[in-house]
Parts: sequence; C-alpha cells; structure tokens
Amino acid sequence: MTKIAIEFPGVKALSGVDFQVKTGAIHALIGANGAGKSTLMKILAGAYSHYTGSITIDGQQVEIRTPSAAKQLGIEIVYQEVDTALVPYLSVAENIMLDVMVNRMGKQQFVRWNEIHRSAQQTLNRMGVKIDTRELVQNLTLAQKQMVLIARALSEQARFLVLDEPTAPLSTTETQELFRLIKDLAYNNNVGVVFISHRLPEIFEICEDVTILRDGLVVTHQPVSEVRPLQVIELMLGHRFDETYPKTKVPIGEKIFEVKNLSTYDSAVGNASMYVRAGEIVGVAGLVGAGKTELSKAIFGALPQKQGEIYLKGRKITVRTPYHAVQQGLALVPEERRKEGVLVEEPVYINLSAASLSLFSSALGFLRGAAEHASARKVISDLGIKTPSDSQKVAYLSGGNQQKVAVGKWLVTEAEVYIFDEPTKGVDVGAKHEIFELIGKLVAAGKGVIYASCELAEIIGITDRTYVMYDHTIVKELVTAETNEAEILFYSTGGK
Amino acid sequence: MDAGALSKSDAQKQKFSNLAMNFLTKWGTIITIILLIGFFAISMPPFIKTSNLLTILRSISIVTVIATGITISLTVNGFDLSVGSVATFADSLVISAFVWYEFGLVPAILLALGGCLLVGLANSFLIVKLRIPDLLATLSMLFIIEGVAMTYTGGGSISEGMPRLDGTETFGRLDPFFKSIGSAPWIIVIMLVVVTVVHIFLNYTKHGRYLYVVGGNLEAARLSGIPVDRYRTLAYVLAALLAALGGVILGSRIGSAQINAGAGYLMPAVAAAYIGFSVGGAGRPNAIGTLMGAVLMGVLENGLVMMSVPYYSLNIVKGVVLAIALASTYFRKR
Repeated sequence: MTKIAIEFPGVKALSGVDFQVKTGAIHALIGANGAGKSTLMKILAGAYSHYTGSITIDGQQVEIRTPSAAKQLGIEIVYQEVDTALVPYLSVAENIMLDVMVNRMGKQQFVRWNEIHRSAQQTLNRMGVKIDTRELVQNLTLAQKQMVLIARALSEQARFLVLDEPTAPLSTTETQELFRLIKDLAYNNNVGVVFISHRLPEIFEICEDVTILRDGLVVTHQPVSEVRPLQVIELMLGHRFDETYPKTKVPIGEKIFEVKNLSTYDSAVGNASMYVRAGEIVGVAGLVGAGKTELSKAIFGALPQKQGEIYLKGRKITVRTPYHAVQQGLALVPEERRKEGVLVEEPVYINLSAASLSLFSSALGFLRGAAEHASARKVISDLGIKTPSDSQKVAYLSGGNQQKVAVGKWLVTEAEVYIFDEPTKGVDVGAKHEIFELIGKLVAAGKGVIYASCELAEIIGITDRTYVMYDHTIVKELVTAETNEAEILFYSTGGK
Repeated sequence: MDAGALSKSDAQKQKFSNLAMNFLTKWGTIITIILLIGFFAISMPPFIKTSNLLTILRSISIVTVIATGITISLTVNGFDLSVGSVATFADSLVISAFVWYEFGLVPAILLALGGCLLVGLANSFLIVKLRIPDLLATLSMLFIIEGVAMTYTGGGSISEGMPRLDGTETFGRLDPFFKSIGSAPWIIVIMLVVVTVVHIFLNYTKHGRYLYVVGGNLEAARLSGIPVDRYRTLAYVLAALLAALGGVILGSRIGSAQINAGAGYLMPAVAAAYIGFSVGGAGRPNAIGTLMGAVLMGVLENGLVMMSVPYYSLNIVKGVVLAIALASTYFRKR
C-alpha cells in the first residue's frame, strides 16, 4: 500500500501512509488510540472507497473499493468485535461457510448440508481446532468464536489475514493457541498476517516486522528484533500538540471512598482495590478493553459484584444496583453517552432532573414544575450548556453539550463521589476544556472524582493519582506528578 | 439574483409545508373527529342529538378504561396483551361473588380487582425477573388467564338465578348500584375519572415521569439510579388493575359473566392507545390521546351504523382509519 490517504468530515485520518506485508510472515501494526490502524486495515478490506493512493499485490496494481474486491484478492479481516460478524443462531459450519454460501452458490438453490459440514470440518482440521460444526455459535466461548471467524477467512483461501486485536478477549492459554495457529498459517501456509495489538509482549513474541502509526502517519517500519519495548512506546506517543489542562491545586483531605477486592462474575473486573480522598482526582488508565468501564459500572452496582467491599466516608455500604449507589451518594457519567447517559428523546430539563426527581416533588409525588425548571436553568447556565431553552430535546444538542447534560444531572444530586468514564469521547476541544474545569470545581468542593480514560494525556493532565488497568485488573498505582505517559503506557501494555 | 429569490421562496414553501405537516401530525386525530362529527351531523341530523352523543361515549367507555391500562404498559416501552383476558377474569370474579357467594358491593369489586392485581404481578414476574419479552410474556398470560377464568366458571356463564354447573341452586343477586355503573351516567363518569387520574399521574407526578424515563431509555434510567424493575412492575400492575376495572364495568353492563367476554376489547384498546400517541404532539403514550383514539373509533362506528353500513363491513373502515392514524404518527419519524 503506498501513499494511502483518507479524510472523514473534519478529520484527516490517514495522510500518505506506506505499508508493506510479505506473505509467510507476521507483521505487527501498532499505534495509540486514533492513530489510524483500523482505518488503514478497513481500506485494505474494501470498507471505504474514497481513499487516495495505490495498492499493489505481487507487483501488480489492484483496485480495492468494495469488500468483495478485497475478498477476491484473498484479503480477509477479522474485526475486533467478533459478535458483529457472526450469526449466533446458526451452526459453526454455516458461519464458517457464510461467505461461500452467500457468494459462491451461483445458480444453485438448495444447500448441500453434507458438503457444508465437510468443508467446514476440513478447515477446522487444518487449523487443528476441535469444535463441533453442528454446534450453534451462540454456545461458543469468545475464543472459539474467534477461531470460527479465522476459519471463515481460511475457507476463502486467504492470502492475507488481518487480525484486529484478536487477543483482547482471550485468556493466556487461548492466546497461546491462537499464536500457534497464526504461526502455522504464516510459515506453513504462506499467508501474510497483519497483527494489530495493544499488547507489546505479544508483538515481541510472534511478529517479525513492526509498523508504528501516529496521527495518521507512519513513524517507523522495521524488524521487531531491532527495537526495544520502551522505544516502541516513545514512538507511539511522540510529542502531541500541546493541549492545556486546567488543573487547579486543591488541598487533598481524608479518604472518603474505598473499594476493596472488587470482582465481577464474568471476571470483567478481577480483585480491584482503590481509594479516593476528598478533593482528589483519581485516574483509571488503561487501553480500550482493559476493564475500566466494567470497573466503573461494578462500583456503581450496574454490574453484579461477586465479591468485594465498598466504603464511603469510613462506613461500609452495599451497592447492589445503581439505585442504591445513587442513594448512597455516588454518581456515574457512563461511557456510552447516548445509550446510557442521556435520554435523547426527552427535553433537557427532564434529563437534568432524572437522577434527583424526589427533590422536585411533593410528599405525594406531585411534581413541582417551577422548581424543576428553575434548577434546570441554573445547571444550564452554570455549565454553559448551549441550548435554546430547557425544553429542547437532547437529541438536537451537540456531543459536548449532551455530555454536559449527562454530567449536569448529577450536580443536582449532591453526590460525594463522581465516576467519569471516558467523558471526553466524541467531544470537541472547547467542551473538553469545560468538562475538565467542571471536574476541577467538583474537587474544589471537596468531592472525590474517579476519572477513567484511555487518553493518557488526560490522565497525566488532570489527575492527582492514577491506577493502571491491564487485562481486567489494576496492575499499578502511580502518583501522577511522578510519572509520565510512557510509564503508564508501559504498565497498560502488560509491562512489569 | 433571480435564482436566489426563487430558492428563498422555495425555502419558505418548504418551511410552510413542514409547519403544516407538523400541525397535521399533532392535531390530525382531533381534526378528523371534528370533520367526522360534522359530516355525520350534516348527512344525518339525529347523529348530533345529545342522546346519541351519550350513546357514543357510553359505547367507548370500557374500551377506553382498558386502553388506558395498555397506555401505562406502553409508557415503560412494554406491552400488555393480557388485558382482554384479565377483563374476562374480572367479569367472572365479580359476578360469581354476587351470584354464588352473595358478597356485598365493595367486597365483590375488591375481589375482582385483587384477583387481577395478582395477574399483574405475575406478568411483572415473567417480564422483569424471568426476562421474557413483554409481548410474549403477556401472550402466555392471555392464554393462562383465559383458561383460569373459564375453569373457574366451569366453562359456562354465570347470571342471576342460574344454578351452578354441579346443579347447586344460587340465590345471590347483583347489587343495584353495581347494575347502575354499567349504564350512563356512571359508566361515562368512571371513564372520565380514569382518564383524568391517569393523565395527572403520568404527567404531574414523579412516578409518571419515571415511567416515561424508563420507557425512553431503560439503561440510562437504571444508571440514573431509578429503580427500574419497581417501575416496570408498577406499570404492569396498573395495566392489570385498569383492565380489571373494565371487566367489572363490563360485568355490570351485561349483567352476567360470559366466556371470553373481554377478549373483544383487546384490539380496539390497542388501536386507541396507538392512535393516541400523536395527539397534541405528545409523541408518546398518553391518557388523553388514548381517549381521543377511542372517541375517533366510537364516532366512526356509530355514524357508520346510522348510515346503515352493514356491521360486518365496519371493520374495513376501522382498519383503514387505524392505518391512517398510525401513518400520521410514524411517517415522519425517519
């Protein structure tokens, strides 16, 4: 791929990227969030048609503008979210042979079941994977689903296979199994594998070459044996254009909130312990999928807790559901704003009172509309929410203003501890700044703040102390003033 | 210059047509009711007589009460298909209480409402605890309660002086006041009170607000600390209670308990609740809209009968009106 460039409205996602893969080798593609890895691979897979630049295979220039064009050239991609590519209530064989059934049936109208199962079985045998082809995909484990997707790619005689963060949901043994398979594909079947991962140890374990992207540009392209982990991290981070973080000095008080040995049932969070002091912003750093969201939700009672204790102001509290959490004085600004944070179809004032309606209703439950509107208008002016009136539907506000609404509803409740999960996601620079200032005001008022983010610059910029998560557990506690992005990234990528 | 002026007037036209469309969506149902009344009044002067208008209101009251229950289940983005069976069950309970067990007025009605409250709780259990999709859970309950009601009455009807299936004589009489609630003015008063109370409950109490919030976005509601399971339970219990009230009025109206007496009210009630979505620009289930939906269908049915459209063809017209009303709600939603 040479001089690949693509723009999306308002963003130049890739600018002049050159990228080469050899067949029979494993090539790592890495970069921080938003560096353009996925975009580049999607271009290769034919998901976008409006890019510039050229793609050459075996010295011949080819045109890839549609997914089927990519497939015809033997390029297969296994996306990160396996569930989006599988049909859960169809069998393993049907899922493996899906592309064949869709594209290669021709005039044939009837399904030849025996043939489908036989070819699916052959593919699985070739991979050395033992899964019953008649099992329904919905009964499989995540690792098995991944295998099914890879099998699908192989059933199409792939020459190039792109794996986008395939190990994120896998356990150590499952990962080893996957690596064995990848090596087999590359060295015995002459497939060119592109391996995208955030986990540096894995890259050093199985890849020969590495390409590092940053802000839509290639930073380096060299054999893995010639680089060291810390060097990779430095290259990934580079120096960013200066963002300013309005961090005000706030005296830090007593410990007001503590979590001890918190675990969830599906081990989305394992044995997490952390504490927050009054006036302190505590970061939870980690890469996408490290378990930050799950930790936030488990603390808030939105994910069932298997074990663990939670203390607020020295008193042990039980948080079985978010309802209990709010009663006790916790607040969560969730990551998926439109899905979980705001009611997009409702006006601003209803959103702002959703968590505190009891304050605006009489003993019999009748609403005091005037008080509710007055409070809403106060929050709107305090936070500078840009809306024509408090009766505007939230759906019509910009992302940043929606986020302010999601935060604003908690300001009315007078919570003690505020949990923010990726609050700046999809928010423009100006609104980001305002959100940071808002968080600053909260701690100035003696509240505790937990700030989960995969944006390391933000963690460094606004927190006082930070916990680093890797593989669903807290692996390190760092004092922000004594650390830097490289160190956080080192622990986030599994460094010890 | 010319082109600019032209596009400006085009934009104005566009804006005007948007406004007109908005207006129609909001007030279409009510305009249609007025037009229909006007049309029927001109072509058949007796239509507009007070007695006939009261007849219309009377004819829609049971549907409206049941539909208000469905409306509440719709506010939490749920759906209660079992209301018809629940009405039948309430009818059986209240009549049997009078005829078989010689209960007084209050205990008889409480028995009917109490029995159906349990059905509401059972619905909530299936939906909230066992996580069966509401449509399917209440579909099961539709069958179960239909069967329970029939088993309870022994597969037959109950009326004054009629011996029980095993031949036992019955001496119970229907309470005189009970008999009167099924006819005007009581039946209309009850309907208007139910609509008013539910309207106030949904729009002016925090509980009503929570129901809408839960229906609007379950996950956001949960993460706002609203006890969502409690409010979903409440919605299905209220839906069952209102269906039971409909069944009690039905019992009074027909003076007996009949097999599947309430079943016929399910679909008109669903229709009324859905037509009501758009009324006044609410864009969501609401009590007054539901009443308007029921009025629309009542006016249509009454007028068409007076115009001697055969009863077996009425449903064609009703169905078409429903389709048009729903189109006005959903068409612009893209």
